[in-house]
Amino acid sequence: MSTKRTITFEVMRYRPESDAEPSYQTYSVPCEQEWVVLDALLYIKDNLDTTLSFRWSCHMAVCGSCGMIVNGEPMLSCKAFLRDYPDVIRVEPLTNFPIERDLVIVMDDFITKLASIKPYIIPKEERKVEQGEYLQTPVQLKKFKQYTLCINCLLCYAACPQYGLVPEFVGPAALALAHRYNLDSRDNGRSQRQEIAASHDGVWECSFVGACSEVCPKHVDPAGAIQQTKIASTMDYFLGFLQGGS
Amino acid sequence: MSRKPYIRPIPKTSWYMRDGRYKRYMLREVTCVFIGAYTGVLTMGLLRLSQGKEAYEAFLQAMNTPSAIVFHILALLFAVYHSTTWFNVTPQAMPIMKGDDFLPGKVIVTAHYAGWAVVSLFILLVVGI
Repeated sequence: MSTKRTITFEVMRYRPESDAEPSYQTYSVPCEQEWVVLDALLYIKDNLDTTLSFRWSCHMAVCGSCGMIVNGEPMLSCKAFLRDYPDVIRVEPLTNFPIERDLVIVMDDFITKLASIKPYIIPKEERKVEQGEYLQTPVQLKKFKQYTLCINCLLCYAACPQYGLVPEFVGPAALALAHRYNLDSRDNGRSQRQEIAASHDGVWECSFVGACSEVCPKHVDPAGAIQQTKIASTMDYFLGFLQGGS
Repeated sequence: MSRKPYIRPIPKTSWYMRDGRYKRYMLREVTCVFIGAYTGVLTMGLLRLSQGKEAYEAFLQAMNTPSAIVFHILALLFAVYHSTTWFNVTPQAMPIMKGDDFLPGKVIVTAHYAGWAVVSLFILLVVGI
């Protein structure tokens, strides 16, 4: 008994050596019931068209490599189950990023921004190995734990209309990670991160559409992190006045 | 081979049409126009009040026209949409840690609705209903 279902995939193609702009190519794929969109793309690559380019690695929503737009929605293609989709599925590269080739985007801008917010613990004082670990209680961990689940898949950037319109915007994931380290009891680097996070291109460029948090496959809440950073930055500003600063 | 990344253009004036989330966001943003206009009407009422009884009664008369009533109903609907959309996202902006855990979001949202009800009741009592 065959349980295969034939699904038409309209895949955005862009071959920089020959194409002036992207176009759609249609593939008819005999799909297994339990497949995800990534399985169908792999079928196309293996059986129908070896030239199709896309990124993937873990196939289990951990690596964050296979983000794509599936029927208009930013998705990890390894988490987009075909049973939830109609017989025609349109697959595009993540929006708001330049297309390198087919479904592969250029993510250099994000990497630069991520590095700029110093996504690592900047301790109050360096400890020597013999002084032991930096200790943390479970409650201190709980304060920021959800933000540690970010896998840098960039679905939030693809969902953010502000990032599309204002490419200078530092963006959801980078700002959420800045917040994650600021909340960490072992960290003392907030003032360094604020130079970027509290700048005009930082949290203040966010108008709280909230789409970033809705599309996050790991249930991180970048929109919440950004609003909390806005509140903390405003407090800094007024406390600065009270303490006689500017 | 040299690289040639393709940048897809974003329509500057109609970008919000491609996603239901963006449309809802724009609807929330546009509520400020009605809230601003209502504030203008209210300020005008205060101005008329300061100009004496006759001026104020003329203002009340103007508020009694069908177009003014339609405007007020619209402004109320937009104000309710504005308030509820913001109330519903407050747990994201203001998470509260109580003891070992976060306070559930619905507690924070409900507190906002309760505050709204109390303030509304107080105002209704003050205006003498």
